[in-house]
Amino acid sequence: MLVSWKWLKELVEIEKTPEELADLLTMSGVAVDGIIYPSIELRNLKVGLIEEISPHPNADKLLICRVDIGEGEKRTIVTGAQNVQAGHKVPVALPGAVLTGGKSIESAELRGIQSDGMLCSARELGMDEDKLSPEQKEGIYLLPDDVTVGADVVQVLNLDDLVLELDLTPNRADCLGMWNVAREVAALTGGKLRLPEVEGSTEEGTCAGMTRVEIQNEELCNRYVARIVKDVRIAPSPLWMQQRLMAAGVRPINNVVDVTNYVMMETGQPLHSFDYDRLRENRIVVRRAREGEEIVTLDGQRRQLNPEMLVIADAERPVALAGVMGGQETEVTEQTKTILLESASFNGPSIRRTSHALGLRSESSLRFEKTVDVQLVRWAADRAVQLLSQIGAGMAVDGCVDCYPGRPPQEEPLHFQAPKFYLAKSHLPKAFSWADNIDTPFAGAEQGLSGQQGERPPFAQEGEFEIKELSEEFPEEQMPQELWFRGRPVIRLRFRRVNEILGTKIKPVEMETILQALQITFLEKDREGWWVAPPSYRRDLEREVDLVEEIARLYSYERIPTTLPEGVTTQGQRNTEQQIRYRVRKNMVAQGLMEVINYSFINKARLERLGYPAGHPFGDMVVVKNPLSEEQAVMRTCLLPGLLDTVKRNLNKRNKNLRFFEVGKIFRAEGFPEQRKLPEEEWCLGAVATGKREKSWAYGAEEYDFYYLKGVIANLLTGLGYGAEDFALAAVQDYPGLHPGRAATILLKGRPIGVLGEVHPLVLEEFEIDQRVVTFSIDLPQLWADEEVSRKVLLVPVTKFPAISRDLAILVPEEITAAEVEKLIREQANEWLKEVRLFDLYRGQQIQENWKSLAFSLTWQAPDKTLTDEEVNIFHQKIEEALAARFGAGLRR
Amino acid sequence: MQEQLRALKEKAEQELQACQKVEDVQEFRVRYLGKKGELTQILRGMGQLSPEERPVVGQLANEVRDSLEGKIAQLLETLKVKELEQRLLSESIDITLPGTAAEIGRQHPLSMVIEEIEEIFMGMGFTIEEGPEIELDYYNFEALNIPKDHPARDMQDSFYLTPEVLLRTHTSPVQARTMEKTKPHVPVKIIVPGKVYRRDDDATHSPMFHQVEGLMIDKNIRFSDLKGVLLNFARQMFGADQKIRLRPSFFPFTEPSAEVDISCVMCKGVGCRTCSQTGWLEILGAGMVHPRVLEMGGYNPEEVTGFAFGMGVERVAMLKYGIDDMRLLFENDVRFLRQF
Repeated sequence: MLVSWKWLKELVEIEKTPEELADLLTMSGVAVDGIIYPSIELRNLKVGLIEEISPHPNADKLLICRVDIGEGEKRTIVTGAQNVQAGHKVPVALPGAVLTGGKSIESAELRGIQSDGMLCSARELGMDEDKLSPEQKEGIYLLPDDVTVGADVVQVLNLDDLVLELDLTPNRADCLGMWNVAREVAALTGGKLRLPEVEGSTEEGTCAGMTRVEIQNEELCNRYVARIVKDVRIAPSPLWMQQRLMAAGVRPINNVVDVTNYVMMETGQPLHSFDYDRLRENRIVVRRAREGEEIVTLDGQRRQLNPEMLVIADAERPVALAGVMGGQETEVTEQTKTILLESASFNGPSIRRTSHALGLRSESSLRFEKTVDVQLVRWAADRAVQLLSQIGAGMAVDGCVDCYPGRPPQEEPLHFQAPKFYLAKSHLPKAFSWADNIDTPFAGAEQGLSGQQGERPPFAQEGEFEIKELSEEFPEEQMPQELWFRGRPVIRLRFRRVNEILGTKIKPVEMETILQALQITFLEKDREGWWVAPPSYRRDLEREVDLVEEIARLYSYERIPTTLPEGVTTQGQRNTEQQIRYRVRKNMVAQGLMEVINYSFINKARLERLGYPAGHPFGDMVVVKNPLSEEQAVMRTCLLPGLLDTVKRNLNKRNKNLRFFEVGKIFRAEGFPEQRKLPEEEWCLGAVATGKREKSWAYGAEEYDFYYLKGVIANLLTGLGYGAEDFALAAVQDYPGLHPGRAATILLKGRPIGVLGEVHPLVLEEFEIDQRVVTFSIDLPQLWADEEVSRKVLLVPVTKFPAISRDLAILVPEEITAAEVEKLIREQANEWLKEVRLFDLYRGQQIQENWKSLAFSLTWQAPDKTLTDEEVNIFHQKIEEALAARFGAGLRR
Repeated sequence: MQEQLRALKEKAEQELQACQKVEDVQEFRVRYLGKKGELTQILRGMGQLSPEERPVVGQLANEVRDSLEGKIAQLLETLKVKELEQRLLSESIDITLPGTAAEIGRQHPLSMVIEEIEEIFMGMGFTIEEGPEIELDYYNFEALNIPKDHPARDMQDSFYLTPEVLLRTHTSPVQARTMEKTKPHVPVKIIVPGKVYRRDDDATHSPMFHQVEGLMIDKNIRFSDLKGVLLNFARQMFGADQKIRLRPSFFPFTEPSAEVDISCVMCKGVGCRTCSQTGWLEILGAGMVHPRVLEMGGYNPEEVTGFAFGMGVERVAMLKYGIDDMRLLFENDVRFLRQF
């Protein structure tokens, strides 16, 4: 909402500067996002009357104007604009003036003629061109005839106004109208309100004879007011109205449209005007659209309608999309003689659905979505008729048609001011059970309340109340019925409750002052609190806690004390899963990998590049219905594509040695959405490595290959508490995306927990990566089931007897794996064998083809004695024999 | 013989003085005092001496031996010190050569910030709850007092999977899920870190981002407690001299609601570009749990009250580390990651 400072000051007395007021509004809940200041301080601009125009003798495209600027002597001004004629009033920049863009004006000779100033365009005056008609944008900005020659253009065009930009929260849609902004300012500052008086209409009169209104769907429209204006003369609206509309961000069109927009900006109530004569049978039917109906809206678009949408129809066809946009066929045009003005209250959610469905949002739908003040509907129509008459746009037809199915017993008066006294107890309806709780009204005198019995005129009549059915949302014992006053809910507000919720010690008298500033009506009070009714324009105030917030924000959040909760002490901690993820991250970082975070959604095509077969879990994707792009169209079923993208992005930036890990969720449909359950989400650890640890002055290069990541996994698992023997790999040939000869299932205590491998060359090609990449992924839930990871460490005593270390180098055929050899070694040994470490792998000259040499270091140690060479030799003998027997292995010495 | 001993002593002392190395001294010692050493040789002739001479010569011999031993020990000590000095001198290295241990990795700034937030709140007795990222419309909106067609849904344009299922737009659904589990017990003290998704993508918005939600329900929880807890958080997260400022705001699931600002981390509240000259930075949204949300969660708002808050982790990380473009956080450039 854009709020013109000058307009606001006309509606409410303000003593603060714009900056002070902006700060005050922001700190009390109506955020001012910014203040738009005039772009430049314009000086020396006068309204000039062009008395005479003649061609320039030396230039075809220039004109010489004789201009009266009210100083007696006429000025000669040369202009290049073609849109001026004698008799036009125009803005004249006199020598010494500075225009928008920093252009300063001096007397100058133009092709031999002395020009004593300049005629200005809208742009040169710093006006917002988006808010101007094409004619106004082109050439010199023409002023209306009624401006005074010699007047200051800045004043005439309001060029020194500034605008507050309000960033409204959805609950404060009331501030989409200037009147309510002024009310908010008045409540905050105590400034006096000066809202314009409006002459109300009655339902008797000529109007009722000229049209009829029928609401067929009361659930979607709870009030519809029609008024008629005849003898309409379409013309531009007065300058002051145009300026205010422009300040509010609305483009002036013509007097009728401008008035409806002006009243919307004033009151927050959108209006629409129909060409009365084009309404079939001159009447209005508010109903759901019929299947197959269409309408051409004001923007020229033909739109298909359905029964979900509410339309305004005449006797035959839809003539407007209710609350969203009018129809072209009944649009007000130059030919229009009589208009029917619509002011209505529509169901917000329905308007929202329709405008979303058609992709059509307007100032009108924006306001209806958030629900307008139903009690203002007729006043807004009356205000528009008043303004149309005032500016000479037409003649009011007396009376109105007001279709208001749920009309309360009595409505709130316009510019309602809550009386400064309480209403008598006897006026609360007897039938309302809360009333039984009232013991001694006005017993709060000792608490400093201002209510004085003697001053109470009989304000509320019993007939003004209305008892409604129980609302389902409330537990029965708390609120058996709802009491309504003049169409507004009656709210119980307890003093104690206010301070309990806020942690304050606000006195009832302070609360009272605040509530009164907000025009809240006090209906009744007892020792514990009040029964109050909020004003009709504050439709966000529905329950006690809403009023607690009102008190808090006007009291100021800053004044609320700062305390700490007083309840029992609790223990904060991570659960097992969270601890494991925490330890996994720390472990990976300690091993030199960098953590990355990729989007959970990916491009389906990139996932498919992994080349998985039909039915593979990778293909069990959850699809986003409305993604921003194809890049984010499905939920990832594994982490690899995101990690490869990360590798690719880094390679593009010449970062070539990369080690990344990610801890994140993967998603699988598992029957979603056919089966009525949410898709599966599973925590996953993924890693990639590529390139190498570069050679340094002290050591050689170390490839980030399969074995590197294998070591990372081993470290991870031992770091989490597993034994080295719990971890093993089993080769897999057909894992999607992986090199068939370099892929393995990760086994933990014999069960598969993930996969390790080199990325398939074809996949790398697809991802445009031209160096080898290795990867692993681990299903993290596989870890949090195990006891090991949460086990307390129990120290095994470190033996004090020395260990014996022996090397064993053997020759085996190529196809024998290291693990098979190690297994055999372990089988032949007893518990003295503490460690078998492969320290060398050799293929080459001294060895026959297709054979390799494996060199192990074996560590022997007994818990209870120092081992002798002989004792160890026995085992080595056995091992050598077994190796020879099983693999034909020979010793290499 | 006494002459012999005296001469030996003199000669030995001269030779000893000439020794420059530990080995020389040891060789000298063997030569004079060893089993076949010169002194020993002389003493072998003791047998031929008269009993009167023997004690005298013996004493002299001992004196010579002791004296030499003493001098040897002294010299050895000096030489050892000298040699050690020389060795250390010769062994000095170029300390500017790079270290040889492998480089450690780095944690992503977002996960570091989340951990830090978790730890601050664990210190205040909060536990960590999590929930699904693919969420039912019910938990994401309705249980939080945002019915269908509520204008507040505009604040959070969502990614839908089906009309009833979406990518959660905030971590708040975990409030509702937690209440379902814990009702009617109090206290409830949780924080909820996690990924959330909204249809926005520019320098200050990412379609996926992270939030940490907080919820505390107990008897007598007050708005002033919310202020205290958040001040405590702000000071631990951004520094002991932090101030916070609460401004009234609106969230459908809290009432009263507040936007919470911290004093600008860049200019300490003086006013700079980061804080648009205001001295304040908006950091989180908070409020007292709306009674309707408590009711839907199975709590009686007349018996218990609560507060809730939610913050954007990216925002915190960007402020804490001076990151000006949110997209950097998801590009995962190692030159960026290495700085944390």
